[in-house]
Amino acid sequence: MSNSFLIRTEKLYKKYPMGPTVLVALDNINITINKGEFVGLVGPSGSGKTTLLNIIGSLDSPTEGSAEVLGNKIETLSHQDAAKLRNNHIGFIFQTFNLLPVYTVYENVEFPLLLQDIPPAKRIELVMQALEWVGLADRKDSKPSQLSGGQSQRVAIARAVVKKPELILADEPTANLDAKNSHNIMETMVKLNEELDTTFIFATHDEKVMKYLKRKITLNDGYVQRDENISLNNQ
Amino acid sequence: MLIIKLAIKNLLGAGLRTWLNVIALSFSYVAIIFMQGLYAGMNNQMEASTIKVQYGGGQYWHELYDPYDPLSLDDSHAKIPNEISGLIKNNDAASILINQGSIYPNGRMQNILIKGIDPNQKILAIPTHFLNNQNGFIPALIGGRMAKSSGLKKGDFVTIRWRDAKGTFDADEVKVVEVINTEVSEIDNGQIWIPLDKMREMTVMPGEATLIVLKQNSQFTKNLSGWEFKNLDFLLADLRSLATTKSAGASIFYFVLLFLAMLAIFDTQILSIFRRRKEMGTLMALGMTRSTLIKLFTLEGSMHAVLAAFAAMLYGGPLVWYLAKVGYGLPASTDSFGFALGDRIYPEFTALLIIGTILLVLTVTSIVSYLPTRRITKLKPTDALRGKFI
Ligand SMILES: Nc1ncnc2c1ncn2[C@@H]1O[C@H](COP(=O)(O)OP(=O)(O)OP(=O)(O)O)[C@@H](O)[C@H]1O
Ligand SMILES: [Mg+2]
Repeated sequence: MSNSFLIRTEKLYKKYPMGPTVLVALDNINITINKGEFVGLVGPSGSGKTTLLNIIGSLDSPTEGSAEVLGNKIETLSHQDAAKLRNNHIGFIFQTFNLLPVYTVYENVEFPLLLQDIPPAKRIELVMQALEWVGLADRKDSKPSQLSGGQSQRVAIARAVVKKPELILADEPTANLDAKNSHNIMETMVKLNEELDTTFIFATHDEKVMKYLKRKITLNDGYVQRDENISLNNQ
Repeated sequence: MLIIKLAIKNLLGAGLRTWLNVIALSFSYVAIIFMQGLYAGMNNQMEASTIKVQYGGGQYWHELYDPYDPLSLDDSHAKIPNEISGLIKNNDAASILINQGSIYPNGRMQNILIKGIDPNQKILAIPTHFLNNQNGFIPALIGGRMAKSSGLKKGDFVTIRWRDAKGTFDADEVKVVEVINTEVSEIDNGQIWIPLDKMREMTVMPGEATLIVLKQNSQFTKNLSGWEFKNLDFLLADLRSLATTKSAGASIFYFVLLFLAMLAIFDTQILSIFRRRKEMGTLMALGMTRSTLIKLFTLEGSMHAVLAAFAAMLYGGPLVWYLAKVGYGLPASTDSFGFALGDRIYPEFTALLIIGTILLVLTVTSIVSYLPTRRITKLKPTDALRGKFI
């Protein structure tokens, strides 16, 4: 049953040298995440949420232990292969949106498809589909500077989902949004999770996000304090 | 190509800064092409007129003749060899006899070269026909520079002294029948031209010459014993090396210009790599490799040179076209260049010059753009996303 999981970490450590001592940012993380899960990494600031998310996203590598993501051992992945993994299989959503300022909404969403060499006709179709999912088809020619925070984050979601990745990683996606926009964003992601069976992992300490989660992994000082499945009738 | 599209987009998105760099760089293009074209035009013009009035199609020199040693002139003359005398009769070659002498304008002594030339020669574009005017005096032609240094004018008589073949001093008067205006100082400075026959008579050197000038494009290649053939490459060598020195001197100017433009590009590159760390992090998260990032940023930098080429074409093109057509008027004092110049220069802008300049600027810009991007190889995606310094 080696292929039933999407992500598995084993005895995963991330340590940063801090002068004479060592800061243990991730401390023996052993988790398994399956396809279609909607998982939140929660915990106080500095507990290691971003660090874990980055390792899963192959943006960073573990100091010790192993992280297997979509059949790739992150700890042994070359830069090129890591880039390929992200390009083909992982979408990122950032707290600060990180849209490319000189491109239009349409071009921002199209960007991952350009990196994948997808033919133009197919690109148009996928971009428009993604923009409709997030309800921004009518703003496709706007520049990021002309959008509100909520709209920007929806563009970022469209950019993450446009290539239909198996996995979307979102680091504090609602931190810069007001309540209404946060709910809107979360509902969009729940919808995508249900319709496309895309796996979502969030790093968050936003209470508004909690009620959407189907699984909550609580980190504290780098170790997993609690890992709970939340049944739907709890909501 | 994706990165070309991206590079153009990023560059145009950067706005004013890009255009300032582009304009600065375009000055380098225009300056290099203009100056080099001007020098090329100047050199070619100069070579052409020097060939016309001095070198013809090459020269036979008496084996002892050394233009840098006036003392050699006493011995460097001989009878014209039979092989070439027919050529001279047919006006396919002209002989010149040179000797040392002095003139006494206003009682001052001035050492000069006396050059005897056939008044009817058609080989050199010197108006020697004025020397046919020989009514009881020895006619002499001088150039404008000589006229200035001696104070002589057309119609003036001046005492001339020389030594004949046996070394005996003799003197007479010559009349300046014409002052000729020439671009070529070497047929002008410190010399007077008189009829060849008269000169041979004065020096007691019948039938002799110091050098024989062939008609342009002459096919005559015989070896003449006692004489050495000097082809145009030899004769023009000094002129060409002078031209190279002059244009090298001028290139300092546009290398400074290019250097300043490169400084601006380098600065822009450094700045954009620091300012756009987060963007680079995002691109990496989206799956771009570092090497593609390096290519993208290098391309963005080198693209300045491409845009600058277009900008240069826009305003430099008409300028260059106009100058090539109308010529470039030189200030009066250009004789200080030390070589022959007309009062208008027609710059020559060859495709080679233009393409070469574009390639040069493009290469230099690419290198300068690439250097700062090497930092990206050390960039960690996580640091970049946090906006941390590399
Ligand atoms: N590059 C680094 N060098 C040194 N220490 C680091 C580095 N990155 C993270 N850390 C440390 O690792 C620990 C975990 O950081 P991390 O960013 O994962 O926390 P987080 O849970 O995402 O916090 P927040 O909720 O504030 O985003 C922190 O103590 C942080 O200071
Ligand atoms: Mg964090």
